[in-house]
Amino acid sequence: MRRSVQCMLVAAGLAASGAVSAQTNAPAIPYEAEDALSGFPNDIHLGEAAGVARNSRGEIFVYTRTGNPTLSLGTSRYMSHSGSRVFKFDSRGRYEREIGQEIYGALFAQQARVDRDDNVWIVDRMSGQVIKFTPEGRISMVLSRKPEAMQLPVTPPGAGRGGRGGRGPTQGESFRNPTDIAWDSRGNIYVTAGIGGSRIAKYDPEGRFLANFGGDGDMPGQFDGIHGIAIDAEDNLYVADYGNERIQVLDSNGNFRREMSGFGAPMAICITPSPNSMLYVSNSNPPDNIDIDGEIYEVRLDGTITGRFGRAGKLIGEFGTVNSLDCKVPNDLLVGETGNWRVQRVRLRPTQ
Amino acid sequence: MKRRTRWCLTVVGAAMALSWVGPLHAQSRARATDVPTIPHEAVEGFIKLPDGLYFGEGIGVATNSQGHVFVYHRSGDTRLFEFDADGAFVREIGAGLYGMEMAHKVRVDSEDNIWVVDEGSNMVIKFNPEGRVTMVLGHRPEAAVGAVPTDNSGPDERYLFARPTDVTWDQDGNIFVTDGYFNHRLVKYTPDGRYVGQVGGGSRGNESDQFNTPHTVASDHQGNIYVGDRGNARVKVYNSDLELLRMYEDTGNPWEICISEGEHQYLFVSNSNPDSNPAASWDQTGEIYKMELDGTIIGRFGEAGKNPGQFQTVHGLDCRNPNELYTSEISAWRVQKILVGTTPVS
Repeated sequence: MRRSVQCMLVAAGLAASGAVSAQTNAPAIPYEAEDALSGFPNDIHLGEAAGVARNSRGEIFVYTRTGNPTLSLGTSRYMSHSGSRVFKFDSRGRYEREIGQEIYGALFAQQARVDRDDNVWIVDRMSGQVIKFTPEGRISMVLSRKPEAMQLPVTPPGAGRGGRGGRGPTQGESFRNPTDIAWDSRGNIYVTAGIGGSRIAKYDPEGRFLANFGGDGDMPGQFDGIHGIAIDAEDNLYVADYGNERIQVLDSNGNFRREMSGFGAPMAICITPSPNSMLYVSNSNPPDNIDIDGEIYEVRLDGTITGRFGRAGKLIGEFGTVNSLDCKVPNDLLVGETGNWRVQRVRLRPTQ
Repeated sequence: MKRRTRWCLTVVGAAMALSWVGPLHAQSRARATDVPTIPHEAVEGFIKLPDGLYFGEGIGVATNSQGHVFVYHRSGDTRLFEFDADGAFVREIGAGLYGMEMAHKVRVDSEDNIWVVDEGSNMVIKFNPEGRVTMVLGHRPEAAVGAVPTDNSGPDERYLFARPTDVTWDQDGNIFVTDGYFNHRLVKYTPDGRYVGQVGGGSRGNESDQFNTPHTVASDHQGNIYVGDRGNARVKVYNSDLELLRMYEDTGNPWEICISEGEHQYLFVSNSNPDSNPAASWDQTGEIYKMELDGTIIGRFGEAGKNPGQFQTVHGLDCRNPNELYTSEISAWRVQKILVGTTPVS
C-alpha cells in the first residue's frame, strides 16, 4: 500500500523545541513523502530500517533489524545468532528478494551502502563486521571478525576474546560498534567506529589496513561518537561527529580541513552526486522521544545550510529516529528510520 | 538442532528474582456473593488448526468486524494467527517480526486494525487489516547493548514501556496503554502516537491514584476507560481525560476485561485462576462476570478446570458479541468459543 501526503511548512513552528544548536530559522523545504516499499510477502516484515541504499539502477537495499536476536543455551559459551536481514526491492520499491540469508555476521543492522560498482555493503554493529556483497548478492569481502562468543552479562562486541585483535578495538581490522562506510575515488575504504567511538579506519580497495584517523575529544580531528561518513567527488571525508554536533571535513589522509555545524547532532548523512553536490544530514530524535528534533537539513558542501524539512513523529512525512539517508538521486531521498519500521521516499520541492 | 533462548531470557535470573518480590499470583475470592449463574457452553472444535500449527499459551484473542478471530500466543515463537468466522485458519500475521517476543495481548480497533502488545520487546504494534505494520509504540532494547534489565524504562518515560500489558482506544482514536508490570500506569497517546498524559506510575500501590499491575484495559462508547487493576482486585473507570470516575471491587482479580459492542454494552471481568494452579485456587477463582457498565453484576459463569467450558487461566477475552465470547487461556493451550445465555438461571 502506498500512501502519499503533502508535508509542507510544518517544520518551522512545530519543531522549534528541537536541539538548541540546530538552526531553526533555516527555510522549510516543501516536500512530499510516501512509504517507499511495498509488495512484501506475508511473512517478510521490516523491523527497524537501519540502512537503506540504492544502486545505479535505482534498486533499493534495506538492512533491517528484524526477527529475534538469539543466544544458544547448553553450549560451552553463549553464541549469538540472527537478528537482522537484507532485503532487495526494485526501483519502484516493490519487494524482490532477500540476500545474505542467515549469514554469520548479521546480528544488529547498522547501515547499508552501495558503492560505485553496485556492490552492496552492510555494517553490523553487534558482530562488528562490514560485509561486502557483489551485485549478484554473494559475499566477496569481510572486514573484522565477529566475537566467537558473548559473555553474560553481555559485553560489547570487540571487548571479548575471539576475533583477531579482539581486545584492541581501535587497532587494525577490528571494529567496536561500527556505524558507516564510504569509498574515495580510488576505491579506498573508510569505516567509522562508531557509536561511543572516535575512529575512522582506512583500507585499500583490497581490504588491507592503511591507517586510523580520529581520537576522542572535541578538538579539530577529534570526535565524540561517529555516526556516519560521506565522501565528495574531491575525496574529502565528511564525518558526522555526533557528540560534538558538527561535521568535520578531512582529506583522504585524515588531515583536518574544516568543520560545519548548525544542524544539531548529525546522525545519518549523504552527499548527492557531483556536480552541484548537496549534503543531507539528519538531526535524528532519540528513539525514546518524538517530541524533540527529527528534522533533516540540506547543506552545501561549504557548510551553508539551505533548508530543512520534517520533524519527529510517526505519520508519513514525519521521521522516527532517522538512521540512514540515500540521496543518489537529487531531490529524491530515501530515509530509513529505526523509530518507525519503514523507509520513506521524500521528494523535495515537488512540482505542483 | 541448536537450542536457543531469547535475549530477554538472558536476564532470567534477575527476572525470577523480581517476580518473587510481590505476591506470586494475583488470586482472591471475589467479594460478591449470591451471584446468579448464567448458562454457558463451549462450541467444541470451533478453532481448526492446520496440520503442523499449534497454539502455545493462549495470551490474547480478539475479533474484527467480520467476525475473524485473531489469536496471539506464546508458541515456540510468539505468533499471531488469524481464523475466519467459522474458525478456519486464514493466515499468520507478522511472522518473524522484530517486536514479537513474548505475547501479552491482541485487540482490534474500530477500523479493524490489529494491535498486539508484547511484554518481551516492550512494544505495542499496530497492523492494518492487511496485516502490515503501520505504527509502533515503545522501543525494543537494542541487542547491541547486551542484556538489559527488564525494568529498564521508568515511569517518567513517555515513549518507552516496561512489560506493557494491554491497549484500547476512545471514540476519537486516542490510544491508551496499560504499562504494566513495572511502571503501574495508564498512558494516553493521540491517534498519531504522541504522548498526552498518564495516571499512576512509579511504585505499585493501592491508593486511588495508584495501580498494582494494571493488567488489562477496555473502553466504552462514551470514551470511558476501564482498567483491570489486577493486584488490587478492582476495576478502575476513568474518563478519556484520565479522571477517575469509579471503582468496582467485588469481582476478584481482573486478569482480563472486555466490553461488548452494540447499543447496550456489557462489561465482562475474568477472575482467572492463577497460572500455576496453586492449591485450592480452583475453589476460589476461575469464573467470569457479566456486568452492566455501571458495575451492577448481572451474573457469572464458568469455573476453573481443564475441560471444555471450564477455564484455565483466562488471559484473553473477546466479547464483541456479548452472547458469543472467545476465551484464550494460559494453562490450556486453546481458544474456546463460549455461548453465553442471556438470562441467569439461579
